[in-house]
Amino acid sequence: MTASGGGWLGQSIERVEDANLLTGRGRYIDDLAVRTGTLHAAILRSPHAHARIRSIDVAAARTAPGVGAVLTGAEVTALSSSLAVGVRAPIQSWPIAVDRVRYVGEPIAVVVATDRYLAEDALELIEVEYEPLPALVDPRDALASTELFLHDGLKSNVASDRSFRYGDPEAAFAKAARKISVSIHYPRNSCTPIETYGVVAEYDANEDAYDVLANFMGPFTMHPVMARSLKVPGNRFRLRTPPDSGGSFGVKQGVFPYIVLMALAARVAGKPVKWVEDRLEHLAASVSATNRMTTLDAAVESDGRVVALAWDQVEDVGAHIRAPEPATLYRMQGNLTGAYAIRHVAVRNRVVLTNKTPTGLNRGFGGPQVYYALERLMQRVAVELNLDPLEVIRRNLVPAGAFPYRTATGGLLDSGNYQQAVDTAVQDGGLAELQARRDQARAEGRLYGIGLTAAVEPSVSNMGYVTAVLTPEERRKAGPKNGAQATATIAVDPSGSVTVHIASAPQGQGHRTVAAQIVADALGLKPSDVRVVTDLDTARDAWSIASGNYSSRFAAAVGGAVHLAAMQIKGKLARGAAAQLNVPTDEIEFANGKIGAKGNPDNAIAFGRLAAASHWSPGVVPDGAQALRETVFWSPPQLEAPGDLDETNSSLCHGFIFDFCGVEVDRVTGALRIDKYVTMHDCGTILHPGMVAGQVTGGFAHALGAAVYEEFAYAPDGAFLSGTFADYLLPTTMEVPAPVILHMESPSPFTPLGAKGVGEGNCMSTPVCIANAVADALGLDAIDLPLTPGKLAQFTHPKEQES
Amino acid sequence: MKPARFDYVRAETLAEAHAVLASEGGDAIVIAGGQSLVPLLSMRMARPGVLVDIMHVADLGGIVIKDDAIRVGATVRQAQLLAWPELAAHQPLLALALPFIGHAQTRARGTVCGSAALADPSAEIPLALVALGGEIELSAAAGKRQLAAKEFFNGLMSTSRNDDELIEAVHFPRTRPGDGYAFIEFARRHGDFAIVACAAMADAQGVRLAVGGVADFPTARDFGPLDGAALDEAIEDFAFDLEARDDLHANAAYRRELVRQLGRKTIDEARRCRV
Amino acid sequence: MPRLTADRHHRVRFTLNGRPVEGDAEPRMLLTDFLRHVLGQTGTHVGCEHGVCGACTVEIDGAPARACLMLAVQADGMTLRTVEGLAPEPGRLSVLQDAFRRHHALQCGFCTPGILMSLDIYLRGHASPTEAEVRDFLSGHLCRCTGYVPVVAAALDAAAKLREAAGDA
Repeated sequence: MTASGGGWLGQSIERVEDANLLTGRGRYIDDLAVRTGTLHAAILRSPHAHARIRSIDVAAARTAPGVGAVLTGAEVTALSSSLAVGVRAPIQSWPIAVDRVRYVGEPIAVVVATDRYLAEDALELIEVEYEPLPALVDPRDALASTELFLHDGLKSNVASDRSFRYGDPEAAFAKAARKISVSIHYPRNSCTPIETYGVVAEYDANEDAYDVLANFMGPFTMHPVMARSLKVPGNRFRLRTPPDSGGSFGVKQGVFPYIVLMALAARVAGKPVKWVEDRLEHLAASVSATNRMTTLDAAVESDGRVVALAWDQVEDVGAHIRAPEPATLYRMQGNLTGAYAIRHVAVRNRVVLTNKTPTGLNRGFGGPQVYYALERLMQRVAVELNLDPLEVIRRNLVPAGAFPYRTATGGLLDSGNYQQAVDTAVQDGGLAELQARRDQARAEGRLYGIGLTAAVEPSVSNMGYVTAVLTPEERRKAGPKNGAQATATIAVDPSGSVTVHIASAPQGQGHRTVAAQIVADALGLKPSDVRVVTDLDTARDAWSIASGNYSSRFAAAVGGAVHLAAMQIKGKLARGAAAQLNVPTDEIEFANGKIGAKGNPDNAIAFGRLAAASHWSPGVVPDGAQALRETVFWSPPQLEAPGDLDETNSSLCHGFIFDFCGVEVDRVTGALRIDKYVTMHDCGTILHPGMVAGQVTGGFAHALGAAVYEEFAYAPDGAFLSGTFADYLLPTTMEVPAPVILHMESPSPFTPLGAKGVGEGNCMSTPVCIANAVADALGLDAIDLPLTPGKLAQFTHPKEQES
Repeated sequence: MKPARFDYVRAETLAEAHAVLASEGGDAIVIAGGQSLVPLLSMRMARPGVLVDIMHVADLGGIVIKDDAIRVGATVRQAQLLAWPELAAHQPLLALALPFIGHAQTRARGTVCGSAALADPSAEIPLALVALGGEIELSAAAGKRQLAAKEFFNGLMSTSRNDDELIEAVHFPRTRPGDGYAFIEFARRHGDFAIVACAAMADAQGVRLAVGGVADFPTARDFGPLDGAALDEAIEDFAFDLEARDDLHANAAYRRELVRQLGRKTIDEARRCRV
Repeated sequence: MPRLTADRHHRVRFTLNGRPVEGDAEPRMLLTDFLRHVLGQTGTHVGCEHGVCGACTVEIDGAPARACLMLAVQADGMTLRTVEGLAPEPGRLSVLQDAFRRHHALQCGFCTPGILMSLDIYLRGHASPTEAEVRDFLSGHLCRCTGYVPVVAAALDAAAKLREAAGDA
């Protein structure tokens, strides 16, 4: 185990979060006391994928037992304005249906009553008259439609259509030996945290101010979006998060329309309102990852080197463009060339609206969709040119000495040695043995295949990348958006103990533990000496738009900010210590709970005593060395706004992943068995190996679910088919094998601790790795997810004779 | 996702339960383990006027070995039957099939008779009853009757139980010397309802195959001594006669092919087990 | 027992973690809501309310049970244990809980109480389970954070520790 600094970082210490969580003393949103008189909300939702609302009769519901208020689109439009939409298009986005429903599960009315049971009773009394409209479910139909539009302001269902050109792709395609293509339909799925959404909202009419508690995970770019929708300045929209949250994986970004909705419900009811989403609501209508149709062409030399790519991506964001969409489509803009040195890229990105649940953040966020196409393509290059797939990957990797490497599309790959990572994985992961197993299995007539994937894992998103959806001209008008402010506050109290606050809105990842390790290393303390607070209050705490828990930004950005804040406190304490101990500042060291002179253990003072001095005896602390409370805001300069040529450095850090796996398909059932899965990660400096392993195994399980079991499926009429956990199938202990995890560490030069994100990589690499293995096993040119037994059996079952 | 209102009666005698069913019939629902009923209540897909809890009726429990059958009372939980030490000796098919029911946590509360009452086409207990030629013991204030499983299961999630009746017990025929059994199930995940489940029973006269998950209710067919290509042809007819449908997890043709292949495999295994 | 009418609250009494408790519930109230919002025992979590995820698993009369698949009135007179009853004393963890902490077998912790209750019951009756048995038994629980690998490791480690302790006794 590697250790750095004072030695706590790099160790898998026990998590400070766990004792409470293991004893039933967590503080999740539904565990917290609410004000007396708080009402409970239930939501009436659309049974139709597409219909005009002719009328809503809520009279009976309003007078039902216990009911405090009923809200419909009429109240919501009267009291708020549409949520901001991230593209230039004449469309609106409301948190409730207004005149028209556009997906199954769309809110139509909110009832608040003294308890949830009574609220649901009253929902049944609401009468809605619908005029059903044809549903546009398949994005191809939505693209083609010339008469039926989801939003009247658009004269099509395409909300954005942008083309990009980097290098000279036309010339590269014209010159190349071969053009090799794949076409992909990436399906819908979601990471479905086990805790659903929760909101407790209150409105103060005297101050015209909203106070909301929600298990929202950020990004806090949504704060101004919500405040604007509620028609109050940010300081009258106080948003708080609970101390614990039951998982998110991106999904709890999508609670934000409900924050607005419940804030308005509280305003109308004149009382606090609490809403806890149930699982059926969550599956039908919380948030989905995007489904995407991609055609990806490669200009390829005969030795397998890819010289140019042409992407044609059609992104299906569902019924509304809900902020921050179309970010899923643009998150990978800087690394559309993956781990490869490809200098010419053409891109066409279209955003299409359909009668499905609106999309939003989900672990991997754009990565699964991009890598599925790119890495299927790399396998096709190998197959079509009759080359070893590993060799094709190797020939295209970014050269080892080229970092930081500017990609064709503007990304800046910070560090790495992809060749070494691949070699190590092939060796330590036992690729040769796996190939021998495949040969043996095939000799026995079994259907066995091997898949490989290389990927870069972006982390710490540039808050400006989504503006690549605008033209350079539009961006100039709107003003540049860039950066990614991370923040950390460290306070020393009068007893000389240290408290840290971070605005990372953790969803179970153990941020309190790692922040304590970072500060302990900086200040010569034990992690148990440092307390870390992570619940967030926008009225009191330091935060910015980039705050929150997404784009795997904690270790790299927030951890870095914590380190910088600790170093500021340390610098001030060192000056105070130098004065007291009569040694130069640069000879002061922090170790074992003491601040002392290097090499002279007798000349030292207890950390707590010196640290408390700024409270008790500020007069003796040298000027400018008062160490009371330090807040650091850190934004990496590398995250510039997209340029005039649309070059976009979408993320600060880029880890490297190389995966391979062996799978077997059962001829009779079509069932897929993962025989072995190897995943190599270079996520820079590892701060807590146990948590990194947890991120990898957890991400792998999500990815396996997406690859094989999970799909948000819709009938042609837009009916939602995956409405329960008996229909939307999460993998269990019986389905998820233990992957072999390998690491190397190429510290990021752009982050204070050298760390990069690691939480999303397997969601990007694993689905396509498994698919490549299945394609190898069955000899398929094309295969889409999910790899269900029924789908695979089409290739193994004999053709049926009509009986 | 909260239930609509209903009354609750915790019956302490069978007569009490019968009385509520007699007076309220279709508006009353019997609750035993509740593992399938409670979600239906919470989704408001079941809206009884009254729930009759029979788990505290003293004389409804018990696994009793009769001359030719095992009688499993209405309050016997699936886990209890599975843990019964004599299960495999008296009916090997149950020992093979019961571990496929849901998960340990739901088997701990779900009852054997409750699963029969729900009549899910993919469930293991209805399939075992049909495969073995078991019987369902129904009782009401007006009297008792015993129905063959293949008459009891009469449609998709539908049985011939009358509104005033409850299932007092189910009877699984006991194995006889020389019988062979096999059970093969395929589901998307471990513990899910079957896409196709096959139960086979072989004796000196021949073999029977019962299939769950395909038709509206579990369905058995006797194939006598058929073997080889003739058996495959007969299974082929059976596969089509089940009138498989498409759903989210599998289409009809896929299910038919599983019936052909897994059905044949199950029959072969049952025959091997005879030896 | 008299008929409990739909529109009234009725007294429900049972033993919870060794102590008698009582509260009022309509017949339709789910046991999860009764535990959490009437008795204030919020350690039992609600993940799906249709009996699939296992987050709400508690012990009833010695066996695991999904609290969302039970009505409060059904539990009247029974003996229940929940995650709040697992630790030997405040500030100390049980062998199983401690194994979870050492193995990082939880992240968000939302599914964890149900898994702990299931395993606590299971390990009482199965001192030396294999990995395959533990995986089979835990397949009734959904976890989205861990990928299950450390959960299985913690369960096997706890079993070994409990065997050691039993051997020492």
